[in-house]
Amino acid sequence: MQGFDEALAAAWRLIVTGDTALVEIAALSLKVSLTAVFCAALIGLPLGAALALARFPGRGAVIVVINALMGLPPVVAGLLVYLLLSRAGPLGPYGLLFTPTAMVIAQTLLVTPIIAALTRQVVADLWTEYSEQLTSLGAGRLRAVPTLLWDARFSLVTAILAGLGRAMAEVGAILVVGGNIDGVTRTMTTAIALETSKGDLPLALGLGIVLLVIVLVINAAAHLFGATARRAAG
Amino acid sequence: MHARATILPLTLDRLTYARGGETLIDGISATIGPSSRTVVLGPNGAGKSLLLRLCHGLIAPTNGAVRWAGADAFGRQDVARRQAMVFQRPVLLRRSALANITYALSLQGRLGRSERPARARDALASVGLAHVAERPARVLSGGEQQRLAIARAAALKPDVLFLDEPTASLDPGACRAIEDAIRAIDAAGTKIIMTTHDLGQARRLADEVLFLCRGRLMEHTPAGEFFERPRTPQAAAFLRGDIVG
Ligand SMILES: Nc1ncnc2c1ncn2[C@@H]1O[C@H](COP(=O)(O)OP(=O)(O)OP(=O)(O)O)[C@@H](O)[C@H]1O
Ligand SMILES: [Mg+2]
Repeated sequence: MQGFDEALAAAWRLIVTGDTALVEIAALSLKVSLTAVFCAALIGLPLGAALALARFPGRGAVIVVINALMGLPPVVAGLLVYLLLSRAGPLGPYGLLFTPTAMVIAQTLLVTPIIAALTRQVVADLWTEYSEQLTSLGAGRLRAVPTLLWDARFSLVTAILAGLGRAMAEVGAILVVGGNIDGVTRTMTTAIALETSKGDLPLALGLGIVLLVIVLVINAAAHLFGATARRAAG
Repeated sequence: MHARATILPLTLDRLTYARGGETLIDGISATIGPSSRTVVLGPNGAGKSLLLRLCHGLIAPTNGAVRWAGADAFGRQDVARRQAMVFQRPVLLRRSALANITYALSLQGRLGRSERPARARDALASVGLAHVAERPARVLSGGEQQRLAIARAAALKPDVLFLDEPTASLDPGACRAIEDAIRAIDAAGTKIIMTTHDLGQARRLADEVLFLCRGRLMEHTPAGEFFERPRTPQAAAFLRGDIVG
């Protein structure tokens, strides 16, 4: 086994020389996770807000299920999407298995419950504060949804970041549906898992560092942006 | 002066609201006409805010009814659109002061998009807030927020405006400005129904007084009479500044 210093030095060399494999892998990871979070926000924000305001039989059960799905194990999500996309599955004819699209679908499935559940909580709290005022102004529950989402925007950024964190960090789902194919579906987390088991520590470590830095930069940027915007908007 | 058709008068018919076994509004019957400023007075917890929210339709009575004379002519939805309320603790949206008003105007749906900013700026100017139009509403001071809430409601030019302690957190100068604004809103044809703890303000603004005590309507009298010759011992004690309960 290589020494830690050696591996670190090699990893650093890969990063500073902009190693093609490393850059491609990092770029694909970002693309897949950001797309998945975008789709999840598109579904989860209105879904969460609707669950906060709507009154229908079985609403309590839906909320419990969505809260529970926040803890859905990534490999199980991967398995479900695998069954869906495999040649015999309902979406088999589209031939999506082992493509980046399959990975986006799996991660969307993972992230949507997080965004929906957190959105529901935030919007429900805001609605108790706003309901009489909005009702007085003539906004029904449906019309209140976009207003509440907009006024909760700072808290919702945190919900979306939580989703992005989960997407960037998980390996189980994308490994199952993507297959870690070199140059096609290899992402940072799947590559780290593979290279570590193969013993290629420099690449694994290099990818690990890049992953950490990316997550840190995204969160720092969101925090700074949020703090500034919040101060400006009161 | 009040020539245009409105949803008034408002009739309260044995209006009752109970919560957790306690009767908080207790069989109030009254008719409130279109052509005077009505001030609801009473000690803390008398039920003034509840009465306004019941009248405005935000909560449903457990017994009795709130009836608007214009209900048939205008229809239920329009009756709601022809009312506005300024809450004791107003909620301002996280957007600019001006956008708070244009948002309310867009919900009301009477003015086209292009006409809304001008109406909103007029309303801001009428409460002395023209200079903060672009500022986020949530960074305004407490008193400025209160004035913005009044401007937002007034911009709707409702038939009836409910004001729940509109000057509670204002300095004396701002109070006078709000009182002038209320007179102007009234003169423009909006019926004012308000509460206040400031007896001086009640004397200056009230044409008639509804005096509540523990959820009951004790007096419904012209203002001059109420302040000179209160009929009930509770009202007399309230006017002297004694604790009434
Ligand atoms: N949702 C509720 N559940 C139980 N009690 C309530 C509720 N809302 C109001 N009350 C009670 O009803 C009474 C009247 O409340 P209300 O807010 O109308 O008083 P108020 O006359 O406006 O008082 P203040 O002058 O302090 O504003 C109070 O004792 C209050 O505690
Ligand atoms: Mg009150």
